[in-house]
Amino acid sequence: MSSPPKPKAELDAEFTELYRSHLRDVYSYAYYRIGNHHDAEDLTEQTFLQAYRHFERATRESNGRPLRPWLIRIAHNLAANYYRDRSRRPQTPIEDTDVLTAPHTTETLVEGRDELQRILEGVNELPDDRREALIMRFALGMDNREIARAMGRTDGATKVLLHRATRQLEQIVKERETAP
Amino acid sequence: MNDSSAEFEFESLLRRALAPVEPPNDLSERLEVTLSNLTELAADELEAWELGAMRDPRNWVRPAAAAVVGTTAGAALVLVRARRRARRNRPDNALDAAEKALRDVFGEARKLLR
Repeated sequence: MSSPPKPKAELDAEFTELYRSHLRDVYSYAYYRIGNHHDAEDLTEQTFLQAYRHFERATRESNGRPLRPWLIRIAHNLAANYYRDRSRRPQTPIEDTDVLTAPHTTETLVEGRDELQRILEGVNELPDDRREALIMRFALGMDNREIARAMGRTDGATKVLLHRATRQLEQIVKERETAP
Repeated sequence: MNDSSAEFEFESLLRRALAPVEPPNDLSERLEVTLSNLTELAADELEAWELGAMRDPRNWVRPAAAAVVGTTAGAALVLVRARRRARRNRPDNALDAAEKALRDVFGEARKLLR
């Protein structure tokens, strides 16, 4: 027998907590996925609106598991629609100056700017699933299980995906380093 | 350098390249407002109508619309916009108000579906 539905006030309070805990995750995912702040804001907003709409059901079906993978999956689906509707991938991978000034220290900027830039460009050359897996792992700090849930894959398949993504990216970066 | 330390170094670079990005303040503020509107919206719409008024079928339109569209986030936004517009241009007659509110709701819903 299913448990009675939670009162709306309780659900709203839980949703507020979810939103506050994961706004940065969703925004980071959207930003690295889309490549510019303007569309990342839209995607983040739409993600939370969709999440609010289905929150009661998601809570019921989660059996107490964290909801971050579900939230990121919503963002993933919306990003897929974004590309399908506009038939495009990011023209310029990332708004370089913004991403390199906001989260990094001065030391990082001086030491590794070119290298980090090559990595970011390399990330955007990866197939979508590999790129997303790397964003979830390194920008959001998700573990294999969370990534697997967000991408609808098994834990094993996710581990392989991450390994291949990292190796392919390494290869791309090396090629860029040696390119004339 | 052996394979595992090279791998570790590359992953550490990757972590730095893909550092989390803080959302802009105005996005956080806008979302907070939108979400708080959503959580209050359907209840407000229904509470605003006394049960006595419901005996008159002419008054069924607006609360029914609120109950239906208040169930989804996208649709809830429709009502936020429709209510703002209704406040700006409130008709005197209750039936006019109900019809106008419904027109606004459908108008906004059409915009969202485009």
